[in-house]
Amino acid sequence: MSTPVTATQTKWWSGGKSPFNLEYGKLMMWYFLMSDAFTFGAFLISYGTVRFSSNSWPDPNHVFNAFPFAGHANLPLAFVSLMTFILIISSVTMVLAVHAGHNGDKKAVVKWIFWTIVGGLAFLGCQAWEWTHLHAEGAWWGSNPFPNANGTVASTNFSNFFFTITGFHGFHVFSGVIINIIMLIMAQKGVFDRKGHYLMIEKAGLYWHFVDLVWVFVFLCFYLI
Amino acid sequence: MQHPAFEEVSFQHHTTDDDFKKRVRKTTILLSIITLIELGIGLTIYTMHKGEHPSAFLVMVFKGVVCILTLAKAYYIVSVFMHLGDEIRNMIMTIVVPLMLFIWFIAAFLIDGNSYKNLRNNYDPQFKHKTTEEKAPKKAEEEKEHKSGKE
Repeated sequence: MSTPVTATQTKWWSGGKSPFNLEYGKLMMWYFLMSDAFTFGAFLISYGTVRFSSNSWPDPNHVFNAFPFAGHANLPLAFVSLMTFILIISSVTMVLAVHAGHNGDKKAVVKWIFWTIVGGLAFLGCQAWEWTHLHAEGAWWGSNPFPNANGTVASTNFSNFFFTITGFHGFHVFSGVIINIIMLIMAQKGVFDRKGHYLMIEKAGLYWHFVDLVWVFVFLCFYLI
Repeated sequence: MQHPAFEEVSFQHHTTDDDFKKRVRKTTILLSIITLIELGIGLTIYTMHKGEHPSAFLVMVFKGVVCILTLAKAYYIVSVFMHLGDEIRNMIMTIVVPLMLFIWFIAAFLIDGNSYKNLRNNYDPQFKHKTTEEKAPKKAEEEKEHKSGKE
């Protein structure tokens, strides 16, 4: 090693061809998301393990049956379906923003990112309402008022897992909204036009789709089965 | 077509606006339909639980179907929305192959949880008594009525 490496002059990643035909940042975003998938997977699997080790478990249709402004009407699955559709639609607007970025269409990027942020905030609002509602019913970390499906008294496992996992997902949605707001400001200011590409939007888009992807599984594990 | 800003990226995916719109619309409709089917199955399970003798086997089948539908949704989100399906095969493999660990992860831990339940039911009569009481459902109904009366 006689020749010192001058790190400032060596562009390691642009030495030739990327074997994956991807720019560095986007590839690393993929690997981050893969590791995050394992984090969420570990959470959901630990929930599954505890549920499999229990003789009975609270019935989600009895726990999540409220809807804002609907009083005490029994509406199982209704509110969470709304939340699911909000996230799917905001994922679609994100796809449109990324596509507009491919075309270098600044106005369209700003427009679709804006709607994605609106969707994210709507989802967070729904989640805040649901948490408040459950808290008012007496559910929180360490307290669970809902009986098991077979009528026996349930442990606090149900609410502990519910609040931890939906909270962790909600935190991802929150940081996704923050990232999208930064993307909106940068696009509006013309930062990406000056750079000549909208790759940052693609990376933010990957993160946002991942948040939607995780919700699909949270929805499955907590509300459907 | 080389990427304008990154020379290491050899070619860029380019889809015409029409193709893109068609693909996004198709995927959105597909995801919505799958979600609606899932909701339908969820409500079916709900009405079955309200009935006198819900068939445990049928509930299990429905839950299995919902799991498969969820995996289908995940496939479409990752492959179309996140464009993983358009990447180079080697790149896809570096993401998908490590995720295979989930097969072991899920199987091992759920089987472990189930075994723990069986052990406790066999050797901890108090646990079994507390969580599988026979006359309990009636009590829960009373509680529910009491609660709704209070409200």
